[in-house]
Amino acid sequence: MPKKTLKSFAVEWLQVLDEQGNCDEMLRPALSDAQLQKLYEWMILIRTFDEKAFNLQRQGRLGTYAPVHGHEATQVGSAFALQPSDWVFASYRDGAVYGVRGLPLAMIFQYWAGDERGMQIPKGENDFPMTIQVGTQIPLAVGAAYAAKLRKEAIAVAVYFGDGATSKGDFHEGLNFAGVHRLPIVFICENNHYAISVPLKYQTGSDTLAQKAIAYGFTGIQVDGNDALGVYRATLEALEKARKGEGPTLIECFTYRMGDHTTADDASRYRSAEEVQIWQKKDPVERFEKYLESKGIWNKSYEEKVRSKAQEEVAQVVREFESLPPPDPEDMIRYTFDTLPPDLAKQMENLKSS
Amino acid sequence: MAILNLVQSINLALRQEMERDPRVVLLGEDIGKNGGVFRVTEGLQQKFGEARVIDSPLSESGIVGFSIGMSVYGLVPVAEIQFMGFLYGAMEQILSHASRIRMRSRGRFHCPLVIRTPYGGGIHAPELHSESTEAFFVHAPGIKVVVPSTPYQAKGLLISAIRDPDPVLFLEPSRVYRSIKEEVPEEEYTLPLGEARIVMEGEDVTLVSWGAMLLTTLNAAKQAQEKGVHAEVIDLRTLYPLDTKTVVESVKKTKRAVIVHEAPKTGGLGAEIIARINEEALLHLEAPVERVTGYDTAIPLSQLESYYLPSVNRIIHAIEKVRSF
Repeated sequence: MPKKTLKSFAVEWLQVLDEQGNCDEMLRPALSDAQLQKLYEWMILIRTFDEKAFNLQRQGRLGTYAPVHGHEATQVGSAFALQPSDWVFASYRDGAVYGVRGLPLAMIFQYWAGDERGMQIPKGENDFPMTIQVGTQIPLAVGAAYAAKLRKEAIAVAVYFGDGATSKGDFHEGLNFAGVHRLPIVFICENNHYAISVPLKYQTGSDTLAQKAIAYGFTGIQVDGNDALGVYRATLEALEKARKGEGPTLIECFTYRMGDHTTADDASRYRSAEEVQIWQKKDPVERFEKYLESKGIWNKSYEEKVRSKAQEEVAQVVREFESLPPPDPEDMIRYTFDTLPPDLAKQMENLKSS
Repeated sequence: MAILNLVQSINLALRQEMERDPRVVLLGEDIGKNGGVFRVTEGLQQKFGEARVIDSPLSESGIVGFSIGMSVYGLVPVAEIQFMGFLYGAMEQILSHASRIRMRSRGRFHCPLVIRTPYGGGIHAPELHSESTEAFFVHAPGIKVVVPSTPYQAKGLLISAIRDPDPVLFLEPSRVYRSIKEEVPEEEYTLPLGEARIVMEGEDVTLVSWGAMLLTTLNAAKQAQEKGVHAEVIDLRTLYPLDTKTVVESVKKTKRAVIVHEAPKTGGLGAEIIARINEEALLHLEAPVERVTGYDTAIPLSQLESYYLPSVNRIIHAIEKVRSF
């Protein structure tokens, strides 16, 4: 008996804005000029914030920091598609996601300066603190999506992680459970091609990361992660599908980490300047500027205005951050349990008298 | 009042908490249609439906991770891990999120999660089905560790664990599941977490134990009594937070102590209990505190298990040693 094909699969690629800023009008998401400018302004703000973070770290005013540079379109574009009632679980490089969601930027500096209060997410904001342990936020996000479904709340959960996380068990356990129960979740993989120094080709034998979704019974799509409109469109569609009860989606945002892994890393040890140059030409901000210019809503003086406003805002954020009172040492014990057991109450007394 | 075994009393506690609080959900491997490999969740899926009693994929890190996400969202999950040895796959989730989310978020999020798992030896099971590694979790800040020793204790402690706003690891001594029965009230009641109980009063030596080892310890205490030695037996019930006061007060009275646990000796909870006795009652001691424990090995398969697990004889020998020092 001849063999037959039981199933065949395909993985779609989405790009709305190409590297020269040309827009595919058929795929263009419905964003007003004001929204497009807002998107642009966020990308500039985050890039300015990122540069400041690097400088503060070098001056000893901030601890180790994981720069966003390169991920602006991926993070801002996807976060723009979220509703405030949606939930977000994200990772350490997702400062722009938290920023767009409404976390005061001073708190991000505060966190990276070694103060847990930076991740004391304001009440009413449905964002879980940054996860340091790679990929472990994925099952949590899936559990939250299950809870939302059980309570019949028409929200979606977005979970952000990198290419390295797709090698971890938690990625597979999470996607599997989400597939079984068709949960309202969007898996956003920021494929920046490096897990610290290990390039993608040593991370997976798969041609795409998007195709990993197929094994769990739902769609995976690869998006140009340096195209804010493509990322926005893919995320919006996936979120709407999730809220309608039509199950999860994996979005692989194909991007590049322009900076070092963190301020403690030196990427020149493991990748060439030529490779970085290639990606420099795909810059998410430059192509967006060209697109806005073609629509007549960007020119040099507007850019100057946006950049100087971002500088002022970041300077203000630094002032806010540096005027925060130091954390209370008792906080390190206070938040271990709802009610301190006798041992910890005693240790608290020891701390107070030391 | 019904006479129940441990399996039935835990089932009753789960059923009543699910009736009382719609936020309570159960998940684990084989817990639904099959009622769990020990039948602890028997009938609960029929009663509460597949959405609240979830037959999860074979995915331990997932089970704990999903539960943390559910709890952060506002549910009260009770996860079952089939055997304590299978919990190792979920260590990362427990240590990276469950136990520290309150700290990490400075109180913005917390994790009212219970992880139930059978633990301990004596059931002639395959490898990794008889683990007793409670000390790993006692060492982890931010999670409580509770061990019932009898059906009555189990119901009251489990209800408290489910209502606790912080994560609780609830270790069920698998050897006790069907070995003893006792009266368990139908109406709901709670027993406090963090408080030990004195099971038998005595003046000559303090015996500290928990879980399945409590029954062995009580048997040893009864034998000692026949020889005129009156032991005070403490059931710790909660391993973290540890009830130092009850232990220390008893030791101040008896001046001698033996700690019995089936976990390996080195770094076991016995060491911590001795440190606390030394801190608060050193000068009351008439003899060094003895430990009767498993060996610093993996617990063996069934044929050698009786050599590994603390026995009445080993406990009697330790009592004699502290009495004759």
